[in-house]
Amino acid sequence: MSLLEDATATPVVLGGVRGGPDLPTLRQDRWWVQPVVTVTVLTAFVAYATWAAFVNKDYFAGPSLHRDLISPFYSPCLTESCVPGSHPGTILTWWTISPALLILIFPLGFRLTCYYYRKAYYRSFWWAPPACAVADAHGTYTGESRFPLFFQNVHRYFFFAGLVFNVILTIDAVMAFRQPGVGIGISVGTVVLCINAALLWMYSISCHACRHLCGGGAKQFSKAPVRYRIWKTLTPLNANHMVFAWMSLVFVALTDLYVRLVASGVIHDYGFHF
Amino acid sequence: MPDDPTNGTAPTAGAGAPAPAVPDAQATDEVTMYLWRGDPGGGEFQEYVLPAQEGEVVLDVVHRVQATLAPDLACRWNCKAGKCGSCSVEINGHPRLMCMTRMDSLPPGEPVTVAPMRTFPILRDLVTDVSYNYEVAKRIPPFAPREKTDDERQAGGYRMAQIDVERSQEFRKCIECYLCQDVCHVIRDHEENKTAYAGPRFFARSAELEMHPLDTTDRRELLQRELGLNKCNITKCCTEVCPEHIKITDNAIIPLKERVVDAAYDPIAWLGRKIRRRTKRSASEAAALAPAAGPAAVQPDAPVRGIPMPERIPVPVGTMTGTPDPDADADADADADADADADGGAGAGAGGGDRDGAATPDA
Repeated sequence: MSLLEDATATPVVLGGVRGGPDLPTLRQDRWWVQPVVTVTVLTAFVAYATWAAFVNKDYFAGPSLHRDLISPFYSPCLTESCVPGSHPGTILTWWTISPALLILIFPLGFRLTCYYYRKAYYRSFWWAPPACAVADAHGTYTGESRFPLFFQNVHRYFFFAGLVFNVILTIDAVMAFRQPGVGIGISVGTVVLCINAALLWMYSISCHACRHLCGGGAKQFSKAPVRYRIWKTLTPLNANHMVFAWMSLVFVALTDLYVRLVASGVIHDYGFHF
Repeated sequence: MPDDPTNGTAPTAGAGAPAPAVPDAQATDEVTMYLWRGDPGGGEFQEYVLPAQEGEVVLDVVHRVQATLAPDLACRWNCKAGKCGSCSVEINGHPRLMCMTRMDSLPPGEPVTVAPMRTFPILRDLVTDVSYNYEVAKRIPPFAPREKTDDERQAGGYRMAQIDVERSQEFRKCIECYLCQDVCHVIRDHEENKTAYAGPRFFARSAELEMHPLDTTDRRELLQRELGLNKCNITKCCTEVCPEHIKITDNAIIPLKERVVDAAYDPIAWLGRKIRRRTKRSASEAAALAPAAGPAAVQPDAPVRGIPMPERIPVPVGTMTGTPDPDADADADADADADADADGGAGAGAGGGDRDGAATPDA
């Protein structure tokens, strides 16, 4: 036996020259597929949502159709320009343009600051990096340490706002069981709104900020057994956050499309009543 | 030699094409390897063709190249079981362990490129100098447990519940292969960030300590201001390449980011801290505990330095040929203290000392 101080240390070279070829990547698989798919889907969603937000009509299938279906892009409809019968009714008289523009700020902020979507758009749109072990497209890099990206830290507040909207959209889904002039019933639109609300709840509660706030921030689980149980329940959901992110994103657009088609009379909302 | 099926029959040393093209009709009973040969003065891919053998991993083929075609090929390896973290390279551009990459998992009939890890300086051929990581490790404030209570002293040590240590145990699976550090674009593509960025391995280490119920140090401000946590843009490449399948991003980096939000960006959390009594050591106190030497010393053309040795740790001569894990003391203390019912910290030790002596057969 000897002492470590008697052993000879291997000298450490700091800095130095990197090995391997000076190429952006040596990968020969189709690493570009994922960024292309992400860009395509997100661009399509943004284009559709922008159009749907500005069009400001056909977002509510009301009593004239014996339905109570409102698009998630326009709920809660609070402004004077809202279609009569859409709920909860006019509260903000000073807002004269599309009510969707007022509403979409919050879901947009929630998704824009979401840890999963950050990965998706940093890779696909910003190419920082486009894929693992593929060189990023920027000469310098400061990450989320400077303006404006340090605002990503407000994610938890958008999460809270998102919860409020989830409650509202759940109420909308319940209200959709009403069929004015007929009674209580179930239609395809009812099911669509219920699924939409459920997916948005799953997306919200699988959020990383939610997992942290509910229990992940606890220092000692044995002294916070309720928080531990919540954290333990949320953890497997959190592992599937990406799945819920995509499913809820696509379905919210499909829900708006379905309501729009029903409200404009293009299709009939099949259902039955009691 | 040609009769020996393990030997290469066409040992053509190619004039290193940087990105080898896929051959038209590669015989599947042969394997073509493009291995990076070079040193800090330069290098190129060399082509080696060998008979294919069933059940091999990339390290086996590299060893056959070493044994038959290129005895001066340098590669680092040790356990051949995915537990020592020595044989990290980039296989077909993917950061991987050679010993855990089966040849039949790679595209059949296509050449296999093996290059050294891109993020670290090359020593020779497939061997890189990963000492940057040891410098970063020294900046992480070590485990600082609270005082034992009288009951705990009488009982002989700390007592912890399994649920209190299981979060940290995930990070103790780390074998310090540094593939996560290699793939992280923050330092892979931006050398200048090495001076102010700890990297995924050390975020996991910090998370392990932050989540330890006995630890008393608050590392959040240090992570935010000195260790570059907010430079990470959570693209999850570290998680993708981890051979131990540690969920570095979801379970270490994002929880740390949320804890930094608690400390620095959340007014409600700030109010809560003001109302409740603070129990953790401040960031400045934690920073004072960390040794001053850090990756700030990592500069191109910096002189050769030796890592300072801890004092009076008895080890058998001959087993320590590299650098010690600067956290070894803290880990040992933690393991000793937290060894009751929880087995806290008794997982695969993350110390680097025993692995740095990994053989580098340069024969």
